[in-house]
Amino acid sequence: MAVTATQPKPIPEVMKKPVTNSTFIRVVRYSAVRLLTLFVTVVIGIYLTIMIANLGGYVDTIMRNDIRDRITQQYAASRSAQSMDPATRQKLIAESITLEENRIGLNTPVAVRNLRYLLNALTLNLGRAINMTSDSGSKEVRLIILERLPATLLLMGVSELSLFFISVFLALSLSRSYGSWWDKLVITLSPTSAAPPWFYGIFFILIFAAVFKILPFGGMVDSPPPSNPIDFALSVLKHMILPASALIISSLFLSIYNWRTFFLIYSSEDYVEMAKAKGLPARDIERRYILRPTLPTIITNFALTLISIVGGAIITETVFLWPGLGRTLYRAIGLYDTPVIVGTTIIYAYLLAITVFLLDFVYALVDPRVKVGGD
Amino acid sequence: MNNLKHSFREIMRYPSAVLGLSIIFLLVVVAIYTVIKIPYNTAINLWRGGEEVWYQNPKFAPPAWINFFQSKKLPISFTVDTANHTMVKTITPGAQGTGTVNISYAFDFQYDDYPQEMFLYFTSKYIQKQPFVSILWLTPDGRKIRIDDLGVTQQLTFPFSQDTRLIQRLNGANPMQALFEDPKTNAIVKGKYQLQIIGTTFEPGSDIDAQFVFQGQVFGLAGTDYARRDLVLPLLWGTPVALAFGLIASLGTLVLTMIIAAVGTWYGGWVDELIQRITEINLVLPFLSILVMIGTFYSRSIWVILGVTVLLSIFTGSIKSYRAIFLQVKESMYIEAARAYGASDFRIIFQYLIPRMIPLLIPGLVSSVPSFVFLEASLAVLGLGDPVLPTWGKIINDADTNGALYKGYYYWILEPAALLMITGFGFAMLGFALDRVFNPRLRDI
Repeated sequence: MAVTATQPKPIPEVMKKPVTNSTFIRVVRYSAVRLLTLFVTVVIGIYLTIMIANLGGYVDTIMRNDIRDRITQQYAASRSAQSMDPATRQKLIAESITLEENRIGLNTPVAVRNLRYLLNALTLNLGRAINMTSDSGSKEVRLIILERLPATLLLMGVSELSLFFISVFLALSLSRSYGSWWDKLVITLSPTSAAPPWFYGIFFILIFAAVFKILPFGGMVDSPPPSNPIDFALSVLKHMILPASALIISSLFLSIYNWRTFFLIYSSEDYVEMAKAKGLPARDIERRYILRPTLPTIITNFALTLISIVGGAIITETVFLWPGLGRTLYRAIGLYDTPVIVGTTIIYAYLLAITVFLLDFVYALVDPRVKVGGD
Repeated sequence: MNNLKHSFREIMRYPSAVLGLSIIFLLVVVAIYTVIKIPYNTAINLWRGGEEVWYQNPKFAPPAWINFFQSKKLPISFTVDTANHTMVKTITPGAQGTGTVNISYAFDFQYDDYPQEMFLYFTSKYIQKQPFVSILWLTPDGRKIRIDDLGVTQQLTFPFSQDTRLIQRLNGANPMQALFEDPKTNAIVKGKYQLQIIGTTFEPGSDIDAQFVFQGQVFGLAGTDYARRDLVLPLLWGTPVALAFGLIASLGTLVLTMIIAAVGTWYGGWVDELIQRITEINLVLPFLSILVMIGTFYSRSIWVILGVTVLLSIFTGSIKSYRAIFLQVKESMYIEAARAYGASDFRIIFQYLIPRMIPLLIPGLVSSVPSFVFLEASLAVLGLGDPVLPTWGKIINDADTNGALYKGYYYWILEPAALLMITGFGFAMLGFALDRVFNPRLRDI
């Protein structure tokens, strides 16, 4: 079968050209339409996020009060302002407040401001944060996000990737020994995934940090951080064990169960029975007849796993005091910092859209039944 | 009906379903009991009440039953009062309108630790002359300690360990320790202790009542938190809140999803297209971030959060899978027949299309309850819980912000966590079994 696949039937020269041409046009047209719809989707999604983060003028009121407070305090503290007569001082204060409000853009209409946010966001011009600063002291949203990204990528990458591979491989071996004791154990344990990661996190902290005192309560490195890179890595590793295992355990059993059921459905297909009857080795059956048709689903899930790595885990990071994107987002919301909220959302939205777009082509590559743009 | 009975028998074949159902039944019973026994307003007043409501309880006290699991027995809190006759009061009238009020209470002390604090709350009736009391402490080894002698105003609080005269009399020792230990060996003396209050009244009609509050190290069925609140209240009230939130969110989401999917499939064209596009947009929106934003910026009321949750959960992947099934159902003969006799679109959608989906809906309905219950808890853990209602998530959040894990108040986190877990697993187990019953493709697997 593999031989025929690599040697396509010779196509007469005359026939070849129009076929490839029409395929090319079809693919281009499809890609264009798909890209456009995805782009519109992203635009609307981001606009909605901006609206929620900015709607109702509530955030504006908070920021206005904040500016008024700060400027009045500045004037109250300054010596030269105290010697002025009250009317001039009031006038100066009012002027400074308007100036500051204009700087942040509070006096432009909400709709215009939202559109400006949107345009900036779409061009990845993430702008400056209102209240937050990065650890290095910068107010650039890009830097704030970039600074936190490695921590999130490390934690989420390790846990999500191990979760994905562990569950797919365990599920594959379980589907082979369907009905065994292990299989039943996984089925029994799959309701445990009803609880979110932070829930297991609290238990893990209780057991390993509070009672046995063998692992740290939270954070990412010891304080002060070890100067030796090897010690540093070990320290990070030690801090990562609990949050990563909480993230893995919380969805492990359901994930195994779902994959196992999925593989079982495919391994009860007639062509698999046929292959068995022909006496093909179990490995070959698994690779060619079970894995091959399930590949699109596996790839989709893998891609979605990759995206979720970037998103971070708000609550798990908060519970474990892990300095990642999720916790930054939570802090940004608490500080009413719209640019940071929009910044994290846009990165996520773009990644999702790109992945969805690419997946269509990947499907066509791995599954001969799927044609890009075909019906 | 017969079909339903058959399905029910089918479900009962799964032990996990039986277990899940019994858990859910139990929770519903607890929820109903709670709402009847502690009405909403009472619960909120108690939960938000301060020292004046909870003064009798010790702080950070684990539940009393932990004594079963440890060799070191901790003193259990109790309160006795002459007003409700839990403490005995005898009045002997004397000459010239005077009287003697004898109050005494004996209790068995078989613990290995000292209590947190003891209080006497006196209330007295008099017109001009204040009554006078002497407080005595009788230890099991026969010592008699004079606690204090004092005049009683209409309301008087007497905290044992803050009484300077008592501390002086005990040579500067902490009264909570000194009153319960042997002065020579400093070991705790176990046995019957007796509190004696001898009061004298100087007017006819004058009377003394006393309440003795013994704040031990453990309290009640669930223990107490930092504000001395009895955790039984939020644990009980968390049940109806969690069930209501989980069930309403999951039912609302599923029913709305199904109606929208059915309408989209039936009309097709731009309606269908619009629904698909909205679903894709919703995929881009960060669900939890939006909930956190709503919670921070607008309202933390559980009902607002519930509404937004439902709204955001409608347009997810499940609308696509419903759509796929509806597309199949749409082509079936009985729909054709309905169309032929001239049934309206409304009638076809609500009487022919949707009822077909109900069996498929039930497992999903049950299985999605835990995720909503945990969602409410998750928001509470982030500090975005409902500001008035006592919920399980709120207890965990309180415990977390008070460093319960670091300071060793494990009961404080474990109790609500256990309830959350039981609820989640109950629904998850039932949903799992239902899925296998109603989803024929899974039945043999």
